[in-house]
Amino acid sequence: MKKISKYFTNEDYQKKIIPFLSVLLGFIMGALIMLFSGYNPLEAYSALLKGAGFYGSIKRFGDTLLNMTTLIFTGLSVAFAFRTGLFNIGAAGQMLMGGFIAVYIGIIFDLPRIIHLPFAVISAGLAGALWASIPGILKAKFKVHEVVTTIMMNWIAYWSVYYFVPNYIPGNFDTESAVIKESASLRTDWLSSLFKGSYVNLGLFLSIIAVIIIWWILEKTTFGYELKAVGFNPNSAEYAGMKVNRNIVFSMMISGTLAGLAGAVYYLGYTNNIKIGELPTQGFDGIAVALLGLNNPIGIVFSSFLFGFMNAGKLFMSASTEVPKELIEIIIAVIIFFAAANLMIKGFLSKINKVIYRKEGEKNV
Amino acid sequence: MFDILSSIFPLALAYTAPLLIIALGGLFSERSGVVNIGLEGLMGIGAFSSAFFISSNYESLGDFAIILGIIIGALAGGVFSIIHAFASINMKADQVISGTAINMLSSAITIYLARSLTGSANIQIIKGFIKNDIAGLSKIPLIGPLFFSNAYATTYLVIIIVIISWYVLYKLPFGYHLRACGENPQAADSMGINVIKMRYIGVILSGILAGLGGAIVITTYYGEFSANVYSGLGFLALAALIFGKWKPFGVLGASLFFGFAKTVADMSQLFEALKKMPNIYFNTFPYVVTILALIIFSKNSVGPKAAGEPYDPGKR
Repeated sequence: MKKISKYFTNEDYQKKIIPFLSVLLGFIMGALIMLFSGYNPLEAYSALLKGAGFYGSIKRFGDTLLNMTTLIFTGLSVAFAFRTGLFNIGAAGQMLMGGFIAVYIGIIFDLPRIIHLPFAVISAGLAGALWASIPGILKAKFKVHEVVTTIMMNWIAYWSVYYFVPNYIPGNFDTESAVIKESASLRTDWLSSLFKGSYVNLGLFLSIIAVIIIWWILEKTTFGYELKAVGFNPNSAEYAGMKVNRNIVFSMMISGTLAGLAGAVYYLGYTNNIKIGELPTQGFDGIAVALLGLNNPIGIVFSSFLFGFMNAGKLFMSASTEVPKELIEIIIAVIIFFAAANLMIKGFLSKINKVIYRKEGEKNV
Repeated sequence: MFDILSSIFPLALAYTAPLLIIALGGLFSERSGVVNIGLEGLMGIGAFSSAFFISSNYESLGDFAIILGIIIGALAGGVFSIIHAFASINMKADQVISGTAINMLSSAITIYLARSLTGSANIQIIKGFIKNDIAGLSKIPLIGPLFFSNAYATTYLVIIIVIISWYVLYKLPFGYHLRACGENPQAADSMGINVIKMRYIGVILSGILAGLGGAIVITTYYGEFSANVYSGLGFLALAALIFGKWKPFGVLGASLFFGFAKTVADMSQLFEALKKMPNIYFNTFPYVVTILALIIFSKNSVGPKAAGEPYDPGKR
């Protein structure tokens, strides 16, 4: 009995089950909302699973992996900043800028694939790094809080793309760019035919490589150790001789690189062009992914799979059960609330523990 | 030139009114010590509620439905903000994460409701406020055509609320108490101020005002609730709040400044004299100057000092 009870009382163990409980509560809340608005939650959730390809269609499962790819990158981006004590709420803007540069290169240049594709992908990462370096430098030099600057940078990115796309790479519609050349696309025939026509693409492998590299930086290098030390306590890190300001800028740039790469895999693989007038929601979903994955690269693989299948299955769900697809976004937001407001769950857990212990006590008497 | 000015000015004022009231909402919340980046979401709740109420009650209530509609929009924003208050005050959640969740939840839930209640993600209202020339005042040379022509009644309502807010914040004990909670909650607590209660009031006021802003958007220049309502007005308000140094009249000036830039950006294609200026300059301008302002402010911190920190009585 003691073994279970530590999950209720010990902080470290609590931390590990809070994500699971948050997800559970999110889905319960979603079910309640559906009941109140006259839908059948069981039908909707089984349609969601079917839509995500858990059974029935390998193509739909490919779409789940496709959605997961982008979320791994934005989740890693937010988590990396978190680990070093920074809140990068600007992943959406960095992703948009990275994606814009990638799409621009994908349209304007005419190169063999072996040069064109890496050129576009790497430039996207660099654009993200550059976009994130501004809040990093401002934080290091002027102590300006990165939350505010990254929000402002999001909207500067939004309006820049809003202007540049129709003026430099116009497509068939006013709100879209042209389509990138095939030589810059991450889509490949063998993956698509393996998954029966899904657009799941080389980005998936890039995201796995990124998970390994970030895990390695954080856990195995002195650089990663220093970054975490700065995040843990900047004053003592400074006292220990670490260059705190330099590390803040580096951390933001790495976070931005990851977000920029999210733009590359999304716009070069998922969509193959770029739309104006929207900040990519994946940038904000990245906060949920990081929070649920406990800012740990391996945890992020699991949490991005969760949100990946929810995003992949929602269209099928809304088409077959008429439940609006926004239900899934409601559930994601509720999960974030419960994960962030974890005192509520912790309090609940210790209450359960008391009940269990009281029973144990009675038995002993 | 005066022609352009006199046609842009009333539009800019119409755009500024909701921007200003949302930013003022942010001011109450942040002055009480709770960072609120969920303004966009709270605005959306107000926009949806008022649009839904007006579209379903206009036939039975007539023009009165419009007035009731903006009141309902404001109240809905206030109620929704309690989620943010509970998470950040009682649960000591990260206020930025909670605010982000408010934004995500709001845009999802309003469109979900619009779809399941009306069958469409768009809700059009039959009629909103009508632009009026103010009798007498609109005839004043120069000022008349700029400030008192083609104006919505709500614009004056907003200006009255700004003046009241300034009075409440700087002249009444309530205002001192609220601001104390944002500067030094421990000291405020030791003076017998109920920090939790004051912060709740601050957040709920921000919800009410942001909701009112959303309702004004619907009943004046937008006329329809849709996903497009969420296109950054709440974040522009956040910029105005910062650029206005968290002070009511500062926020008034900043909102006018940004509202004007935004209107010029939207209208620039219509005027020969402005066509040469790409709209990217006007559209990014508010955010760029806000970042620059933050650099300048950084020498002497101007924002509420304890904003963003959960209040922990144990630290006293």
